[in-house]
Order: sequence, then structure tokens, then C-alpha cells
Amino acid sequence: MAAVEQLQSDAARDTKVRSRDVNVYYGEIHALKHVDLDIYANEVTSLIGPSGCGKSTYLRCLNRMNDVIDGCRVTGEIALDGDDIYDKSLDVVQLRARVGMVFQKPNPFPKSLFDNIAYGPRIHGLGTHKDELDEIVQSSLERAGLWNEVKDRLDKPGTGLSGGQQQRLCIARAIAVNPEVILMDEPCSALDPIATAKIEELIDELRTNFTIVIVTHSMQQAARVSQRTAFFHLGILVEVNETEQIFTNPSDERTQGYITGRFG
Amino acid sequence: MAVFVLIVVLLALSVVGYYMGRSRSVAVVDGQPSRLHSLPSYHGLYVALWCGLPAFVIVVAWLIFEPVIAQSMLMNNLPPKAETMGDDQLSLLVTDIKNLAQGNIVSGEVDPALQAAADSYAGVRDIGRIAMIVVGLAIAILGLVFGRKLIHGDLRARNQVERVLNIVMIIASTIAILTTIGIVLSLLFEALRFFARVPLTEFLFGLEWSPQTALRAEQVGSTGAFGAIPLFAGTLLITVIAMAVAAPIGLFSAIYMSEYAGPKVRSFAKPMLEILAGVPTVVYGFFAALTVAPFFRNAGESIGLSVSSESALAAGAVMGIMIIPFVSSLSDDVMNAVPQTLRDGAYALGATKSETIKQVIFPAALPGIVGGLLLAISRAIGETMIVVMAAGLAANLTANPLQAVTTVTVQIVTLLVGDQEFDSAKTLAAFALGLVLFIVTLSLNVVALNVVRKYREKYD
Ligand SMILES: Nc1ncnc2c1ncn2[C@@H]1O[C@H](COP(=O)(O)OP(=O)(O)OP(=O)(O)O)[C@@H](O)[C@H]1O
Ligand SMILES: [Mg+2]
Repeated sequence: MAAVEQLQSDAARDTKVRSRDVNVYYGEIHALKHVDLDIYANEVTSLIGPSGCGKSTYLRCLNRMNDVIDGCRVTGEIALDGDDIYDKSLDVVQLRARVGMVFQKPNPFPKSLFDNIAYGPRIHGLGTHKDELDEIVQSSLERAGLWNEVKDRLDKPGTGLSGGQQQRLCIARAIAVNPEVILMDEPCSALDPIATAKIEELIDELRTNFTIVIVTHSMQQAARVSQRTAFFHLGILVEVNETEQIFTNPSDERTQGYITGRFG
Repeated sequence: MAVFVLIVVLLALSVVGYYMGRSRSVAVVDGQPSRLHSLPSYHGLYVALWCGLPAFVIVVAWLIFEPVIAQSMLMNNLPPKAETMGDDQLSLLVTDIKNLAQGNIVSGEVDPALQAAADSYAGVRDIGRIAMIVVGLAIAILGLVFGRKLIHGDLRARNQVERVLNIVMIIASTIAILTTIGIVLSLLFEALRFFARVPLTEFLFGLEWSPQTALRAEQVGSTGAFGAIPLFAGTLLITVIAMAVAAPIGLFSAIYMSEYAGPKVRSFAKPMLEILAGVPTVVYGFFAALTVAPFFRNAGESIGLSVSSESALAAGAVMGIMIIPFVSSLSDDVMNAVPQTLRDGAYALGATKSETIKQVIFPAALPGIVGGLLLAISRAIGETMIVVMAAGLAANLTANPLQAVTTVTVQIVTLLVGDQEFDSAKTLAAFALGLVLFIVTLSLNVVALNVVRKYREKYD
């Protein structure tokens, strides 16, 4: 019965990113093994699993940030809207404009708040005029829920904000280029509960316009913000399903063990 | 020689003291080192310090004061004719006596009275030396015995040794600091003597530099001219040329090293670059004078420019090459210190590598890079050998890099080379120049180090 429902809802969903048989090697280390995962549009997908299981590695495959790492090799097929992102003819720079990323540690550039947000639009030639840029900066900050806190000090350095504000700044910076997918690697791990709550709220709002993939170590967070959850273990995608399903009735006993805190 | 032997003997005694202290400490607790407060080796060090340190201090004090005492005894004991002598002659006489006493050859006939004085002086020195050896050894042995006696199970040898070492280190750094202060003060006082003769304003703003004061008053140019502007201008010109070479090459190589080069290239190329800093400057100097300067002259001639055989361009260019490693190594370090997360942030927004470097890494590293450039500038200003050999001596006030110019450092060298009277304006001018040089490079270094430190604080 549940499975039938599952199928029906699957059919109604758009697959935004489709991964088939993805393997990642760091030199000799086989870090990710035969991962098949579909990420649906306008949903939040959370990736959970014990430390070192390959969550960040998978996330970095989706915007090819692994290219930057020496000795890292990716095989298999990953398609964004049906187009292979590892295709030779694909421009990595453009891919990253479509797939934004927010990191574990807030990493604002040592520039003004304005320039932090305007950085992406500038390099991609969005907003050539000053007022267009103003517009983009304001709307990005508004969508990141930061506008009211910083609107009077856009010329101050971004590094002068609090940790939580910096992380929202980084989210604003990512959405300023108007990506389709936003990847977040433990975006709240350096934040206090209030800042975390703000960001979770933000993620829920962003879902209407973006597809979001979030890595988290907090089961509660995964349960609160995501519609689907994927559980990784030792480089293998063990199970992926509706978040509710995963947390109430996992089909694999490794998932069961992890979410009940028996290992991890 | 005797002193050297004495020091070696003292060292040997200390070593003996170390082993004696160590075995003694084990013996006092009946062979159970665990009952000792400190490890046996600390007891050994404790005895060694008791043995060596007081004796060493005494020997050093002796070496400092013994000649003074001998000298004053000599002064009381001079031949009668010395009473009528002036100061200059007197010091000449004393020097003669000392030379005689050491068995050196002195000019002229040896006066028997002089010989007698010399003999008694030599006798005093001999007695002094023997006394020093005896006293030094006695104190060392006393210290050894005394230190060994002090050892017992609860002796806090470890803490005591620590304290002594602490004091030794404090003394060492005090010596370093006092020396610096002494140098600065002597620079300052000699410069003040110079400014008593030549007004400060003339020195700082005068346009003509010709320090050759004539020996006889009626010769032309007997007064000399001490306007240092041509020197400052020459220094500035050469520094600008050097930085024009070093800044771009150093920066680009730093960017290449930190951002593009793979680990293999890096591990090979970075030491290679740093070798440049290890080449003696005199080698750069003759490279500049014998290779680069003629090359520039020939090249200039072939396109119809007259380049003098000693040119600011040649000296500046070679100096620029010399300071490349200063720029590149420091810039490389600060760019490496820019956190990887910033790079990732830029890449994740779709920036290319060069965009990331230009817009994120370089601005983030800029304060450190500026600090590195300032240090390089202060190095260039203080550099002497290359300019002495390649820039010439003519104090031309010119902005033309193809002509010979001279710099502050070169003038200091030429002022002091050869026989000099120590209180002529010409000699004292060197101190004034040195003072200016010191102030400029010191302020540059202070600013640079501050800039670098501020920057470091930001990412640590
Ligand atoms: N740059 C790298 N070079 C070599 N091995 C790496 C590198 N990055 C990750 N790995 C290895 O790949 C495996 C997966 O790492 P990954 O960072 O994806 O784990 P993770 O699930 O994100 O862990 P965490 O929850 O601790 O962030 C680990 O075994 C790790 O040691
Ligand atoms: Mg991770």
C-alpha cells in the first residue's frame, strides 16, 4: 500500500538531478560506491550518515567541486535536468552558476557585504548596471532573511558579522546568482540553536524556488527540513526514502541502527 | 693561548662535575633515583654549573679589568721624561712600551728607561695571567666540591638549573639589546657632532654633495658641500628601479607557486628561488658591473641612447633580482595562508581560477603582500655592495636611470674608506647618513611588520 503511494508521488515529481552508478576515488581510496540517487525539484533532500561515509563527497560531485581536489576521480553518470554534467563539452563555471553551494564554515570574502553578494552576479555578467546590482543584492539579502539586520552597513566587511549572520550571508551570496540547485554541507554545524532555527526556516522558504540538498548530522534537522532523506554508510547509499518513512519505518537495519543512535 | 687552555680545562672540569653530581645524587638515596626530587642528570647539571659558572665569570671579569690595572701601574711607573709630554706623545709612548713588552719591533732606538718600563709591564701582565689561571682553577674546584656537598635527596636541582638557565638567557638577550642601543646612540652622537658643523637644513635640503674637504685651506672647494638630496634622489631612483623589477616578477612567481604549481614543481622551484637570496651580494655586484652594465650600454648605443658605463639602471635591475626572493617568498606564504574555504567559496560561485586569484585571494593577502614589499624596499635602500660596484660615485641629481648616480650607502663607504681623520666633517657625515638610513629602514620595517601582523591576526 505504502509502496503504491510512493510510486504515484514519484511519478508526479520532476527529477532535478539524476545519479547513476556514481563512484568517487581519492587516489586509491574508493570513497563512494555505486550510488544511484534521484533528487527531486523543489524539495529538500537531506543526506545523513556517520562521519566519513561520503556525504560531502557526493555533494561535491553535484557541482564538480571535486575537480579542485588533487587525485580525485569521479565515474558514473550525473545528469542535471537530463544533461550529463561530466560531459566534456560542459562548462564547469556555468554548472556552478546553476548549482550553488553553502559550506560548513561560513566563508564570506574579506570584502564589503555588498561586494560579497555582488561577486557572483558580477562574474556571470548578471546586473551590469549599479541599480540592477543593488536590486539583486537587496532581494538576495531579503530572501536570506538578513536584509533588515544589515541594510545600513552594506559597505562594512562581511567578516564582521556574527557566525549565524555570516552563514545567511553565504546563503544570500549563493542565491544571488539565481541557481537552480543549492547544496549545503552541514550549514548549521557552527551555529547556535537560534541561528540554526533561522536557517532552517530559510531553507523551508527557499524550497519553493530552489532544489536543495543538505548534509546534516542532526536527525532532528533532517526530519524538520527535508522531504526526502538518503542514508549513506561506508561510501554506500544504503537507503533513500520519504523523510517520514526513514525516521519511522526504515527498511534497512543499518539505517535503523543509525537513527536510533546505536552506531555512527 | 693560556686563556684558551684555561677555558678548555674549565669545561672539562664542568663535565667531570656533571658526572660526579649525577653519581653522587644516586648514591645519597642509596641507589633509588625515584626518591630524588629531581632526575640525576639535573643534579649533574647543578654541580657542573657550580663548577663552571663562577669560575667563568671570574675569568671574564679578570680579562676585562686586568689590562686596565696593568695600564695604571704602567702609568705610575713611566720614565721621568714622560712627565713633560703632551697627551698625544704620552699615548704614543705607552703604545711603544706595550709593543716592546710583547716583543714586537718598535721604531727607533730603544731607550733603556723605556726597556725597563716595558719589562716591568710585561712582568705585571705575566703575574696577572698566572694569578688568573690559579684563581680560576681554584674557584672551579671549590665550586665542584661545594656543589657536590649540597646534593641531597630533596634538592630541587631541576628548578635551580631552570632558574640559572633563565638568567643566562636574559643576560644573552640583554647583551643583544644593549648592543643595538649602543650602536644607535653612537650613531646619534656622532651625527650630532656633524650637525654642529653642517646645519641640519643644509644637509637635508642641500642640492650639492662634494664631501672632499681639502687638506690645505687655500685649495679650491676646501669647505666641501654636504647637501644630501642627490644621495637621497639616487637611492630613491635605484630603489624604484629595483622594485620595478622585483615586485612584478616576485609577485607573479609567488602566485604561480602558491596557486598553479603542483607539489613537485613547488618543492623544486621554491628552494631554487630562495637560493637567489643566498648569493653573496658582492657576486651580484660584479655581475652588475661586469655583465649587466656593459650590456645596457651596448644595447643603449645600438638604439642611439647614451648610457654611462655605470648606470642606475644596471645597479637597480640587479638589485631587483636580488630581492625577488624577499617579495616572492613572503607573498607566497601569505597567499598560502588564505583559507582554502575562501577559494572554495569563489569556485562554488562559478569563478574561474584567475578570477578567484584576482578578486579573492589577492585582496585577502594584500596586507601581507604590502608588508613583504615594504621589507623588500628597506632591503633595497640598505643594500650597498651592488651599488658600490655598479652605480658609480658621481653625486648627480638626476632622474635619468641611464646615468651614474650614487646612494647613501655608497657615500658612507667612500667617506670611510682609506685613511681618515676621525673628527673631520667628511667622516662625521657618514654617521649622519647612517642615521638617516637607520631611521628610514627602521620605520619601513616597523610599518611592514605591523601590516603583516595585523594580517596574520585576521586568519589565525
Ligand atoms: N580530499 C580528500 N583526499 C583524500 N581522501 C578524502 C578527501 N576527502 C574525503 N576523503 C575520504 O573520503 C571519505 C568520505 O569523506 P567525506 O568528506 O565525503 O565524508 P563525510 O560523510 O562528509 O564525513 P563528515 O560527516 O565527517 O563530514 C573519507 O574516508 C575521507 O577520508
Ligand atoms: Mg563532510
